[in-house]
Amino acid sequence: MTGLRPDLAIIAREVAAGTRVLDIGCGDGALMAALRDEKQVDARGMELDPANVAECVARGLSVIQGDANIDLADYPEGAFDYAILSQTLQTTMRPDLVMQQLLRVGRKAFVSFPNFAHWRVRLSLLWGGRMPVTRLLPVAWYETPNIHHVTVDDFRALVRDQGIKVEGAWFLSGDKLTSAAAANFRAEHAVFLLSRS
Amino acid sequence: MTARVGLNCDITLPGPLALDGGGVLAPVDIAYETYGTLNVDASNAILLCHALTGDQYVASNHPVTGKPGWWTRMVGPGKPIDTDRYFVVCPNVIGSCMGSSGPASLAEDGQPYGMRFPVITIRDMVRAQAMLLDHLGIGRLYAVVGGSMGGMQAITWAATYPTRVASAVVIASTARHSAQNIAFHEVGRQAIMADPNWRGGDYYVDGKGPDAGLAVARMAAHITYLSEQGLTEKFGRRLQNRDAKTFGFDADFQVESYLRHQGLSFTDRFDANSYLYITRAMDYFDLAEEHGGHLANAFRGAATRFCLVSFDTDWLYPTSESRNIVHALNASGAPVSFVELSAPFGHDSFLLDVPDLNRVVDGFLKAGGQ
Repeated sequence: MTGLRPDLAIIAREVAAGTRVLDIGCGDGALMAALRDEKQVDARGMELDPANVAECVARGLSVIQGDANIDLADYPEGAFDYAILSQTLQTTMRPDLVMQQLLRVGRKAFVSFPNFAHWRVRLSLLWGGRMPVTRLLPVAWYETPNIHHVTVDDFRALVRDQGIKVEGAWFLSGDKLTSAAAANFRAEHAVFLLSRS
Repeated sequence: MTARVGLNCDITLPGPLALDGGGVLAPVDIAYETYGTLNVDASNAILLCHALTGDQYVASNHPVTGKPGWWTRMVGPGKPIDTDRYFVVCPNVIGSCMGSSGPASLAEDGQPYGMRFPVITIRDMVRAQAMLLDHLGIGRLYAVVGGSMGGMQAITWAATYPTRVASAVVIASTARHSAQNIAFHEVGRQAIMADPNWRGGDYYVDGKGPDAGLAVARMAAHITYLSEQGLTEKFGRRLQNRDAKTFGFDADFQVESYLRHQGLSFTDRFDANSYLYITRAMDYFDLAEEHGGHLANAFRGAATRFCLVSFDTDWLYPTSESRNIVHALNASGAPVSFVELSAPFGHDSFLLDVPDLNRVVDGFLKAGGQ
């Protein structure tokens, strides 16, 4: 699983071999290809950008052009062992509804997102008084695709409200794992494994 | 009798071919071309299905018009449908007029069928193709590929012979003809039948066919193959070889002149009765209807990989029709890829220069060999 983005590397490591996976917002298909090649996973993808879809198809992956906000509704219930949503939740129109869809089509779901409460983001806002532009949030407020910024604690609250079970959580600082303690302050990035409770 | 493989092949198969409409066709003539070489275990065959007014001359010069094949962008050595790798078979559909059994063929009494030819369906075309593949010794297809009506045949192949199709490429197509699709076809058919030369379809004797009606049918249909943006860019309101309007009904506008030319030249290469029969087959097409009203049932248990492509300016078979198929394939768990490509040419985009289409088809087909 070398060469994968750190959050994807975690997901790739944790997915059980031989399962059925839907990668929503699969980009150029790097995670799907790794899961297929190294874990014999039956991987399907959904991606908004047609150029990325073409790239995936050219890699031999089964990817449909679709929008997580709309097209998840068309998959049957429990069609996948895992639904994966990496660095996409904060770009959706209604993250709460997307979360429900994830755990409808998948028995379990991986969700990863940049933590807006990381200390660097907090400092940037506190001292700069401007919407933060950081390594993981590199785009100015007016053109960022991230329309629903979320923190680790916000996410935990949403999960609790929706009665979703957290099966695992991983936190990244830089590209390295960091402890769950004070993750809302220390983690740049979070990966959650969820299941219907 | 011609060679079994290569250009300009034709075969008379004994049949009988049982038709969806209840009748039987026997014998069954099929004209076809092949490109490339079938490998020893017959595992590299790709069936190419042509569209309404297409034919078997996919990558060779057309015998009537002298023009290059209709899909030389896609088919040939080193092209996405690579004739150095694959054995490509392109048959003329039954009902057509380029050598396969159709209304212009001779019936048992030695006279052309005319309107005595049975009404056929897309599935009948596919069953005839299956008979041809049996004849050629091809059991399982590496892929079946088609755009527009060819795409209808491709998904019908996957639904009718799921074990015989490894991969299916369905471009700018649909799982059923919409009311609007049927409406446009009916305009074309009525134009043909209103032509006094049509004579109930019995016009073969003196060769004076309903050319005017067929030309109008083609003109109306041709508009549906283009996009408003394409027409505007190509013609706008520009006048044809004149500086001012004539205040008459001559072809003042370039777009009129273009359509008239399209209509007229079409009559040189196409039979009006074939146009009636093939448009009817398309109108009758509703793959879900054949499977209890649920399209997903059509693909139950299919081991076929699917690739669907639509174009953003295609209003004849818009993206929503492809998505409809994708949803059904998702519901049945089939491996499916789908992309809507951006191209300015409307429905005709699948025949024209859209580099992303070549890329997608190339990658999808190569991945099927892994």
